[in-house]
Amino acid sequence: MSRGTASDGDRAVTAVEVSELVKRYPKSTVNAVDGITFAVAPREVFGLLGPNGAGKTTTVGMLTTRVKPTGGRAMVGGVDVGADPVRARSMLAVVPQRSNLDRSLSIRRNLTFHAAYHGVSAAEAAARADELLEQFGLRERGDVKPDLFSGGQSQRVMIARALMHEPQVLFLDEPTTGLDPAARLFVWDRLRELRERGVTLILTTHDMHEAALLADRVGIMDHGKLLALDTPDALMRGLPGSSTLELSVHAGDNGHSPESVIDAFETLPGVERVEPLPSEDGQDPEDPHWRVRLYVSGEASQLIAPTATLLADRDLSLSGVELAEPTLEDVFIHLTGRTLR
Amino acid sequence: MTAAAVPAGVSAPVVKQRRAFTAVLRRDLLVTWSELPVFLAQVILQPLFLLFVFGKVLGSLGYTQHGYSDLLFPGLLALTAVITGMQTLAFPLVIEFGWTKEIEDRLLAPMSTALVAAEKVLFATLRALTATAVMIPVGILVLGSIPWRWSGVPLMVLAMVLGSLLGAGLGLVLGTLVVPQRINIVFSLVFTPLLFTGCSQYPWPSLSRLRWFQIVTACNPMTYVSELMRAALVPDVPHITPWVCIVVLVCSLTVLMAIGVRGFYRRAID
Repeated sequence: MSRGTASDGDRAVTAVEVSELVKRYPKSTVNAVDGITFAVAPREVFGLLGPNGAGKTTTVGMLTTRVKPTGGRAMVGGVDVGADPVRARSMLAVVPQRSNLDRSLSIRRNLTFHAAYHGVSAAEAAARADELLEQFGLRERGDVKPDLFSGGQSQRVMIARALMHEPQVLFLDEPTTGLDPAARLFVWDRLRELRERGVTLILTTHDMHEAALLADRVGIMDHGKLLALDTPDALMRGLPGSSTLELSVHAGDNGHSPESVIDAFETLPGVERVEPLPSEDGQDPEDPHWRVRLYVSGEASQLIAPTATLLADRDLSLSGVELAEPTLEDVFIHLTGRTLR
Repeated sequence: MTAAAVPAGVSAPVVKQRRAFTAVLRRDLLVTWSELPVFLAQVILQPLFLLFVFGKVLGSLGYTQHGYSDLLFPGLLALTAVITGMQTLAFPLVIEFGWTKEIEDRLLAPMSTALVAAEKVLFATLRALTATAVMIPVGILVLGSIPWRWSGVPLMVLAMVLGSLLGAGLGLVLGTLVVPQRINIVFSLVFTPLLFTGCSQYPWPSLSRLRWFQIVTACNPMTYVSELMRAALVPDVPHITPWVCIVVLVCSLTVLMAIGVRGFYRRAID
């Protein structure tokens, strides 16, 4: 009893735990994965972001028992993947980048046989298949073989299949690469639902938008190393001075020069520097504006109120505000000096 | 759940692995069943034509001696067992590993990778046994009568099983070695020599007049299946002693399975 509770307790702490994981392929002179360490909590959505060849897929391969680590340790659902791959396979499911559906079986049988491989009873498997086919908009296509399916449809079937044995951790390799926008939105919606249902999701992607949108935390990988690991917000906030706030101000005629206001803005906490911007073309000469850009270290939106107050104190008014936040792409460039693609 | 899980911890995976194994086998059998006419055409056509042309046509035209069909029939049973076992395993395996990746779902089932390979071997063996058994009524149909001794049936069944396993072993080795781009060339390079040096169309001792070819055929493990089959069904025709055949076949199987399972692991796990 106590041992069982303890192991359940362990499971609640980490869904995935990776320590000093290394993979070097035979005949290679460099490590494909070079000593990475991270942990993923249950119900977390964890994104591995990086360009092709960064080591994301190899990392997922090791976590899913398909790639043998050269060193280090990987645990999934409390099971040491290297030591007990058979048991680890019960804990996890994989949705690969390219369809690996069973072409000799109908969609429904793809689902029910997957469940059977994992020891789910036939009655239970049939009920789950009905439910998942419905949820994934495949109810009418259950008896079709997957040969003629589009990428988006195959992706849906593979996610449904992965859920048939109720895994603790679901791995998705580039889940929306190559999908059309509608299919991509559909997959994103289903993934959000899975998080609600308490499945831990680990996804690899080179799409920073996808990572920022779906992941609770993002690990940025390059050349087999984990360069940074945090929430998307924290990663972007951590970038020095890359959030900006652009203000348009009614010039007015109360004697305040733009320069004096700029000096005042620079005293506000969080503002790193302020630049005047050229006036917009086609301005109404009766109603002149001037524009400034504030480079801020924290969140730019929090400076809207202080700047408005500062202007009001000088009888000036704000006529336009534009925020620009950094993206994960900026974070990646900052870390590696290169773009993602 | 918690208290029972601890002592069950040792045996639970065994139960799980057995369930996974039978589910994968059930999948393969279901697919074969749903494609039964294709399966039968695939396995029967070649031996059927060999039997018809060499056993019936040439005999009727007087080009072969009376009784040649009796000698040919056991050889064709051996051929069917080996070739069907090999084809059932090798072709799909090359495609699944190299192209469709269908095998991944089974490799990620809670069973050891060796068991996934074992299921492939068992399934190929079952298909080969079925095909060989079907050849018996086909032989009666084509030839009118076939050489048959009830006392030889146990040895015949043993030859069928060893032949089917041998085919599966060859298939496992080929299927894990060959990449899809080379499947055609490798199969024609392996298949045709295997087909014609396996003593299915002639008894091995009679080759003493063609010494070099006798040595070549002695290197083809299929020869021993053909010879074992003749020992079972036409013992009057000179043949290699059954125990020699059995020893050679068991040794060949051991080597092929060891290489094949290694190859399977290499393809399954990076």
